[in-house]
Parts: sequence; C-alpha cells; structure tokens
Amino acid sequence: MNNVISRWPRIFAALLLVAVTGCAMASKQVLRGTGDLGVIIERAVGKVLIVETTTQTRITEVEGLGNLAHASLVYSRDERYAYVFGREGGLSKVDMLKGTLVKRIVQSGNSIGGAISQDGRLVAVSNYKPGGVKVFSSDTLELVADIPAAYGNDGELSKVIGLVDAPGQRFIFTLWDAGEIWIADMHNPSKPEITKFKDIGKFPYDALITPDGRYYIAGLFGEDGLVKLDLWNLEAGVERIMPGYGRGEKKMPVYKMPHLEGWAAAGDMMLVPAIGRHEVLIINQRNWKEAGRIAVHGQPVFVMARPDGRQVWVNFAFPHNDTIQVIDVPTQRIVKTLKPGKAVLHMEFTPRGEDVWLSVRDEDRVDVYDTATFTRKTSMPADKPSGIFFTSRAHKIGL
Amino acid sequence: MHKYLNKLKLKPEYGLILAFIIFVPGLSVFAQEQAISDSRQKELKHLLVQDCGSCHGLTMEGGLGPPLLAVDMVEKPKEWLRQVILDGIPDTAMPPWRPFVNEAEADWLVNLLQKGLSNE
Repeated sequence: MNNVISRWPRIFAALLLVAVTGCAMASKQVLRGTGDLGVIIERAVGKVLIVETTTQTRITEVEGLGNLAHASLVYSRDERYAYVFGREGGLSKVDMLKGTLVKRIVQSGNSIGGAISQDGRLVAVSNYKPGGVKVFSSDTLELVADIPAAYGNDGELSKVIGLVDAPGQRFIFTLWDAGEIWIADMHNPSKPEITKFKDIGKFPYDALITPDGRYYIAGLFGEDGLVKLDLWNLEAGVERIMPGYGRGEKKMPVYKMPHLEGWAAAGDMMLVPAIGRHEVLIINQRNWKEAGRIAVHGQPVFVMARPDGRQVWVNFAFPHNDTIQVIDVPTQRIVKTLKPGKAVLHMEFTPRGEDVWLSVRDEDRVDVYDTATFTRKTSMPADKPSGIFFTSRAHKIGL
Repeated sequence: MHKYLNKLKLKPEYGLILAFIIFVPGLSVFAQEQAISDSRQKELKHLLVQDCGSCHGLTMEGGLGPPLLAVDMVEKPKEWLRQVILDGIPDTAMPPWRPFVNEAEADWLVNLLQKGLSNE
C-alpha cells in the first residue's frame, strides 16, 4: 500500500503527460465541416482547387484527375466527397477534407457530365463515346449498370446530354443525336427500368430539372423551342414550350453551347438562354408561355439565379465572353454590366447569395464579387479555371 | 546584288531573271508564313484549343463536335477544311469563323490540325 502511495507522484506525472500529448495531437486535427467548401476546376492541368467561401481562400489542390476540359462534378450527400467528371471519360472521387484523390477510373472514351442518385448511393455518367450512361457505386466506383443509348433500327449510339437525378431514385437524360428523353428507374440498380420518349425535337443540347424535381426541360439546338416533361404526369408525354421563339429570323452563329443547368427561377418566372439570339427568354411556369425576353450582350451561356431569385447573372459565348450582365428579375432589366476579364467561363453563388465567384480563364484568376454592390472583394490565382462548384449543391435536386 | 553577279560572271539582265526564279516562288511561300506573325499564331492556337476546344475537346479528341486529331484530318481535302472553318456547316452546330479568321489563317489552322496539335 505504502508503495502505491509513494508512486503516486510518478503515476500522476505519467497520466498528465499522456493527457497533454493527447490534447496536442487532437489540436493538430482540427475538426471542421464541409458546408462552406467548394471545388474549382483547372481545366488544362488536370487539377482541382479546394476553396473555402467563408474566408475566400484556397485550402489545397488535388492533382492527377486527367483531362478536365468541360469538367463538372456532383457531391456526396454528406458533402465530404466530390465526384469529378472529366472529358476523356475519367471519374474521380475527391476527399474534400483530406484534399486527396480517393479513386479514379476511366469509364469511357469521352464523357460530358453526371449526376448522383436521390439516395446518394449511385453516381451516373453521361457519355458521348460510347454514347450512353454508366452507373457506378458512389462508395467504390464499381460499375453497377450500363445503359447504351442505342436508337433507330441499326442500334447506333447517341451522345447523351442533360443527365440529372430525379425524385423516385431515377436518372433522366437526353439523346443529342436521337432526339429522345429517357428515364432510368434505378430501384433495382443493376437492372434499370427505362422509359423512352421519342421524337422530342432536333438536337437537344442540354436539359434541366426544376428544383422541385417535377419538370424536366430540354433545350433544342436544331429548332426554336424547348420541350418539357411533367414527371408527375408522364402520360401527357413531352410538350413544346415557346415553339418558334426565333420568329423565323436567321440564327446568329453559336460559338459555345449554352447550359441549362444552373437555370434561373424567380417566383413563377423561369429564365433561359435563347439559341442563336442574343436574348434571355422568360417563361411563365404557370402556363409555360413566353413572359418576355431581354436583349443581352451576346449569346448567353449560363443564366443563373442568385439563391434568392432576385438577380440573374448571365455570361456569354465567344467573342463576348469578357462580359457579365446582371438582370433584375422583377423589372426584367439589366442593372449591371461587368467586364471581369477575358473568358469568364463560369459563375457560382455562395449558398445564400451574398457573393458570386467567377472564373476568368484567360486571366488565370477567380474573382469574388459582392452581389449587392457589384464590387470585386478579392481574387485568387488559378490555372485556366473553368467550373466552380460549392458543396451546397449536394442537397439540390438536379445538381 | 551586283557584287554577287560579278562573281558569277553573269550579266545584270540574267541576274534579274535569276532573281525572279529564286525569289518569286520563295516569296509566295514566305509571304504566307510572314503574314501570320508569331503573336497572331499564338492567338490562333489559343482560339483552336480553347474555343474550338469547347466543342471538339481541348486536345481535339472530340466532344459534341467530332474529333479533329491528325488521324481524322490528314485525309480530308485542305480546301474543304478551310471552307468548314470559314463558313461552318449549315444545319449543324459548326458556326462560321470568318469574322475572326482570314483565309491564310484558316489554311494555317488546317496545316496545324493535319500535322496534329501534339506533334508540333
């Protein structure tokens, strides 16, 4: 007994040492969330930057993702992982907290984008070559299902665009060459149930799903107009929206295909880019009729609403891609024209819209603008930046 | 010039003819190369990679538009390729680039594509 008591100081000292080093080790591993993180694609060098929107800083970079031309990504529902879709068919899983590449596979010859399923377990990639959709486990990136986009009598494969997730554990996508919309029900992941809608129109170039997950809308390149599918009423089939919006006038050349993802909605109004016209079209979602159009600086590429829907920011195709215009939605007027620099490729709003981040490719810079004052708050260097994606996308249908 | 002609022991008239034979065809080739300055060549390459690349891929491996790799381009007639660049292909997504590229520049791009961007 005496022995133990006489040892007390030593035991105490040892315990204290363990406790102190334990604390020191714990403080090295700072706990943090991912809700204010994002990824910026450096398209030419196969690298992504992980950034933080609270302090507007770069945290780290992740290399080895291959060709990232036209790259996009989706987030896991815990906002921990980004699934990056590269042009040469690469699918990369990036750990946002560790700043590491978890896994990378090359799943096709040429791909365009992807989506994550409602339950977060499946990641789908839309491919140009071979045309179709491949579905992977979000956990392991193992192939779960292969859906070749075969059409016509000789089973030719179509390029696939406009892939989104939809409620009911479904993926929806559009066939560029075939002019078809397909719905893949993934309840049985290895045996997707496909519903096809044919003859929707000529050369659908991109598509979107409304944030409530009800309407799937594809834009047409080969004709004036858009098509809509009401997912609450599939029996009605596809319906045309704004047919002939070009009024038979000759189209202007389109030097970059517009995007419908990141579409804009404010109340009942939906704003989309026109094709071959320097206009933003306004569609009234109550009756799906034209509610106006706004003349803009060039061929719009992204028409994106600030999260509160009051402002819509528009960027443009070459040769007008040094400009951004801001539309005030209630008055349908342009309230600001900005010239951030050469080749503004993408915009992303912070989750509640106080800032917008712009990638200025040819200036090798990402700028952060205050959306209330239109002033540049800061910028950071980035190597030929293109897409900017914040983790708040993780919980939005269609993103 | 006269000094060299004296060395060659040629009369000036012959020299003139000789000069034409040597320089005129040389000039036309030279003129094309010269007409596109180094800085313009850089701009054209940037246009090809970044703007053509938005449909055809950054390395011309293809996208919504077909691949433009050397293997795809080498067999195609130069005149037709030049016309496609300048005037586009009607009823497709290929727009005319004439507002931004002149004929000599289009030819330069055709040569670059047939040689291959990576084989420069």
